[in-house]
Amino acid sequence: MMVPKRNAARPPPDAIYLDYQATTPVDPRVLAAMLPYFTERFGNPHSTGHGFGLEAAEAVEAARAQIAALIGAEPREIVFTSGATESNNLAIKGAARFLKGRRNRVVTLATEHKCVLESVRDLAAEGFEIEILPVERSGLVDLDRLAAALDDRVALLSVMAANNEIGVLQDLAAIGALARARGVLLHSDAAQGFGKIPLDVRAMGIDLMSISGHKIYAPKGIGALFVRYRPRVRLEPLFSGGGQERGMRSGTLSPALCVALGAAASLAQVEGAAEAERLAALSRRFRDRLGGAVDGVVLNGDAVRRLPGNLNLGFRVVPALGLLSALPGLALGTGSACSSASVEPSYVLTALGLDDTSANESVRIGFGRFTTVDEVDRAVDAIAAAVRSIRAGIPPESQALTPSLGCSS
Amino acid sequence: MTAADQSTYLDHNATTPVRAAAIAAMAEVLAECGNPSSVHRSGRRARQRLEAARDAVAAALSLPAGGTLIFTSGGTEANHLALAGTGRRRILCSAIEHASILAAGAAVVPIPVEPGGTIDLAALEALLAADSAPALVSVMAANNETGVIQPLARVVALAREYGALVHCDAVQAIGKIGFDMTALGVDLASVSAHKLGGPPGIGALAGAPGIALAALQRGGGQERGVRGGTENLPGIAGFAVAATAARAELERFADLAALRDAMEARLLALEPGAVVFGAARPRLPNTSCVALPGLAGETQVMALDLAGIAVSAGAACSSGKVGPSHVLGAMGAGEDLARSAIRISLGRDTGSADIGRLVAAWGDLAARRRGRRGAA
Repeated sequence: MMVPKRNAARPPPDAIYLDYQATTPVDPRVLAAMLPYFTERFGNPHSTGHGFGLEAAEAVEAARAQIAALIGAEPREIVFTSGATESNNLAIKGAARFLKGRRNRVVTLATEHKCVLESVRDLAAEGFEIEILPVERSGLVDLDRLAAALDDRVALLSVMAANNEIGVLQDLAAIGALARARGVLLHSDAAQGFGKIPLDVRAMGIDLMSISGHKIYAPKGIGALFVRYRPRVRLEPLFSGGGQERGMRSGTLSPALCVALGAAASLAQVEGAAEAERLAALSRRFRDRLGGAVDGVVLNGDAVRRLPGNLNLGFRVVPALGLLSALPGLALGTGSACSSASVEPSYVLTALGLDDTSANESVRIGFGRFTTVDEVDRAVDAIAAAVRSIRAGIPPESQALTPSLGCSS
Repeated sequence: MTAADQSTYLDHNATTPVRAAAIAAMAEVLAECGNPSSVHRSGRRARQRLEAARDAVAAALSLPAGGTLIFTSGGTEANHLALAGTGRRRILCSAIEHASILAAGAAVVPIPVEPGGTIDLAALEALLAADSAPALVSVMAANNETGVIQPLARVVALAREYGALVHCDAVQAIGKIGFDMTALGVDLASVSAHKLGGPPGIGALAGAPGIALAALQRGGGQERGVRGGTENLPGIAGFAVAATAARAELERFADLAALRDAMEARLLALEPGAVVFGAARPRLPNTSCVALPGLAGETQVMALDLAGIAVSAGAACSSGKVGPSHVLGAMGAGEDLARSAIRISLGRDTGSADIGRLVAAWGDLAARRRGRRGAA
């Protein structure tokens, strides 16, 4: 496929961005689609008494249809939100609270995104029973074990489409069939999967699906939740008010952001298959070259069932933070989560059975739409050189990084 | 061709065009790629931008030092976070609050307003005195439909006497009149970017020092754990620029009152039976809520739209929701009168030519209505 030109003004000029699971740059075509809705098409989409509002409302509805088309849904099944975190909170808390008293259990996986786990824990505080299932060394859930956890007490099962750290793709179609057979609602956090892998809510038996804009080249601040219409999935809203989004999510929508998400979905629909192939080839090239340059590199998570643009690599005896600080021209993610100023090993990696040391030696590498072959080769050279020098005993400067650590999604 | 090419827009309380400087700020951030929670260089730059924007918005509200400002997806979310987050179960809110406040919980107790459109302070005191459970009082700074400015300083003084906290939905006030959180002494204030020339999809809840909040939406620990989710950095950057600009231009915005007052005088001259709500009270300089008795607000909005003029019949909310305004009802307006009201809200670039077109088209409407009555 054609690689769109990057914005030349993006500093620093020589940096290589390999953290596409944390966030993606806005595609210039997405930006061009959204910008008019800040200026000449600025109407409030809920002001349907005049042309300004109707024009904005039409744009929002067109975007809704573009998003629905990518996952085999109907436009009315798409609820716009401020992002996948809100979508996950709304889906999990909203569906469980609506069913409270009839089904009081919620089941999820240990490797889910933090906002899924925290939503589930909020429900535990409200009196729900929760079960957090372990995963295999591959990062995949054992389907027999999952089946055993589902019965008529379970309101909701939440399983992500693609993991944000290790890129592992759960078998949603099989999981959907298990959930449906037991009358359990299936929610899937597809923040990392939507627009990158084929997803079909009907074929996979998905009742609720969370979608993020900024993971697929739309801006931050926009996301969506697929809510199945027939048979209808009912939610208790997180907040109410003007009654927008069929009462499930009140608040004025941003037409510009909705248009951006629609445009990004539409690009993914047209270009997604070719892009996935290109990214898988980049990942293979990266692994092959790196494997030839240094030894002691371990791939975390299933080698086959994973996002085409994701690698999670462990470098023996090389602390990830030291590696990152030795590579200022490279934007990579560590698997580390943070709590205040202390660095803790990634709970995703420890759920795979890695010990703390191995988890803290792991780095997330994400390739995306604007990654070039040349960048992959330069990154391999830089990483290999840094790994060799750290292993040779040159002290890492990890201390300087610690205070600014955040929790990258 | 867009609606803007052929029309006069007088619905700025619903939303107002994004300021050019805010678009420039957003464009700059959109051209970069960084998650404020990532540790690498682009992530750290994003974090710096986020904190600079937070300081700018806090300054625009005169948030006291040591206070917190939590970015949200907008005013609705900020209002809910405020009402659900303090842990106070007894919530008193004025009867003219925005739907996002009134819908925040079944336990919300309405405080009556007097016919002029301001909160009934004696009724508030009676409600505060009636129950010893510590309350949260939520009163908006200025009403979105009538523009009537609420006596916040007196609300705060009363609330203090009874140990109540005060939340203020300042969505319509900020950027239109001075709003100084330190001077007013409110504990919490909601603000929305798209009402002051920032983009839609971003807002904030400001909290005075010592106010702790529980999260509505969790995950990732962003915004001090009170509001999880990757921050909408382009929106936040645009918000900060717009809030700063709006505050700097308050004096100019105040001049809109003269234009608005002249407009109302002309409408009343054309139709002496028309009613201007809240005219006896201090109001936002740009807002006018006018009833033309006997002609439904929706009908007026449609007719004015055909004439190329955008106004509204109340708040812009869920499409198709038609009912008499709860705000005008609370002020004692009968259902027929409330149904015949429209809201005309001016913007920073509204000029006398825009008002001239509105007055002419509205005059035609009033004349046609008189003609129909005469024929009947």
